Amino acid sequence: MTDRARLKARIQRAKQLERGFLLVAWLLLALLAAVFAGLFVSMLQTAWPRLQPDFFLSFASRRAAQAGILAAWVGTLVLMSITAAVAVPLGVAAGVYLEEYARQSRLTTLIEVNIANLAGVPSIVYGLLGLGLFARLLGFGASALTAGLTLGLLILPIVVVATREAIRTVPNAIREASYAVGATRWQTVWQQTLPAARAGILTGIIIGLSRAIGETAPIVTIGAVTFIAFLPPSPLSPNFPFISFDWVWSPFTALPIVTFDWTSRPNADFRANAAAAALTLTLMTAAMNGAASWLRYRLRRRQRW
Amino acid sequence: MSLHTALVIGLALVAALAPRCAPAGRGYPVIRVDGSSTAYPLAEAVAEEFQLRHPGIRVTIGVSGTGGGLKKFCRGETDIATASRPIAASEREACRKAGLAYYELPIAMDAIVVVTHPRNAQVAALTLDELRRMWSPEAQGVVRRWSQVNPAWGDRPLNLYGAGTDSGTFDYFTEVVNGKARASRGDYMASEDDNVLAQGIAGDPNALGYFGFDIYYENRDKLRAVPIARAAGQPPVMPTVETILSGDYAPLARPLLIYVNAQALARSEVADFVRFWLEQGGPLAAEVRCVPLPPEAYAAIRGRLDNRRVGTIFHGRPAVAISVNELLTLPAAL
Repeated sequence: MTDRARLKARIQRAKQLERGFLLVAWLLLALLAAVFAGLFVSMLQTAWPRLQPDFFLSFASRRAAQAGILAAWVGTLVLMSITAAVAVPLGVAAGVYLEEYARQSRLTTLIEVNIANLAGVPSIVYGLLGLGLFARLLGFGASALTAGLTLGLLILPIVVVATREAIRTVPNAIREASYAVGATRWQTVWQQTLPAARAGILTGIIIGLSRAIGETAPIVTIGAVTFIAFLPPSPLSPNFPFISFDWVWSPFTALPIVTFDWTSRPNADFRANAAAAALTLTLMTAAMNGAASWLRYRLRRRQRW
Repeated sequence: MSLHTALVIGLALVAALAPRCAPAGRGYPVIRVDGSSTAYPLAEAVAEEFQLRHPGIRVTIGVSGTGGGLKKFCRGETDIATASRPIAASEREACRKAGLAYYELPIAMDAIVVVTHPRNAQVAALTLDELRRMWSPEAQGVVRRWSQVNPAWGDRPLNLYGAGTDSGTFDYFTEVVNGKARASRGDYMASEDDNVLAQGIAGDPNALGYFGFDIYYENRDKLRAVPIARAAGQPPVMPTVETILSGDYAPLARPLLIYVNAQALARSEVADFVRFWLEQGGPLAAEVRCVPLPPEAYAAIRGRLDNRRVGTIFHGRPAVAISVNELLTLPAAL
């Protein structure tokens, strides 16, 4: 056999190997997709009879056919708004500081190690922290505010880490060019680095919120209720200043709590409700992810370098 | 979708939901209930009916478990605690320290049912002693076959299913059967979700398990309840509404209780809610598969409120094997 033929055979083998690997990868991917599709279809099938407007517009009831998730999905929306309001500014600011301002010292190393560790702390621990700190010490009680702050802390490490990763992908040449034309550090961060890192930061925020939206343990710990037949006070008020923040003090429930309660009921009729509530939660998460990808796409398109 | 459209949709959503919103202001009246998951369906039914008749009053119910609920109750964070076991000595102490007086009101009966697979008919009845031999901490890793408890039951594996350690059912069963709350063997299939247990036992001819009456009732076509005898030679008793109320199924029957903060009862909405519960609670309990107390019992319990009889009747007395009659007549102390 000539050298040429041997080389050819070797390339052939490598190509076969690659095709084989690709096949295995595709099979695994298909398996995953099939499991997810199977679960989703089974959930949809169980939930189907309950997917009517009434289900989304009525409160809990002892009769499965009349029970709805109004308080739960509004509660979940309220929680997510407070969580985002806490975690986004804090997390992004912390990420920017650590990446752009902080000098490498023992303190910053300690902070970095801590943030990495915090991401792995079980969520129930955050629940206990929230109960002790926000609910009892600061006297916020079992309110939506306490839960939002707790979940905000829970996803803070995720947002910080994502922000740092995103900022690291911005080429140094951009910063140097900015300094070269006389911009201050603040102007460089605000006008160059952050806008360029927006897409990555957004992904981190959505991953964090997607984790928070499904959490049950910490919010049950701080005192989320299961039965509640009223919504928080409206954020719009008829009197000056027309905006009211009373809703953050309201007792609340959320979709994962209601789903869990319904699956553990002896009466099998509640299973359909549980499936419908779980489906709603899944769709809310999917909508959040969808909005994020769409925003990311738009932001990338506007980036001019 | 531009920012504008999103804003418009958001505003429309808020406007559409506004009529269902609570009135603004931090002080609108809310009755806070928290506690047992066993009592939750009943509490939910009562709160639902109550709010239909008193639309201005708002009730919230949490499910922290009996222990978690009483902990919050003794800190004064809730107005009412629901419980599937009586208040424990440590919890009484916490309430006393906080200077908190409370009413103890039985609202329904529940029972723990011991079940097997329907084909497991050779186990005609069980005595409490036989249950103890299966479930005691010493049995762990030792008692593994039915024949070790009774040779007549055949040499086949004994597969145990039971409540997880967070539930009041676990506390109560272990106290009755093993003589000490929370003392149990650990090598059994444990779940906080009774549906998982019911499904497991329905698919396992060698299974034995225990859980609340309501779960058994929903699955009675797939499971078999085993009659329980207090001791060898005594007649075995099936768990039915009659035997639970008469006290014949004691010690595995238990009262569901609510603890009401005496100070909160001074608020008219709390008083209305508790009285409503004691008036309408019977039929609602039957609807959610708890065993209601006899009507005259509810009248006697309402009398407890009128006479300001605060405290628990379970001081210095084991919290097991109590009849409805004893529930109503024993003296109470804080």
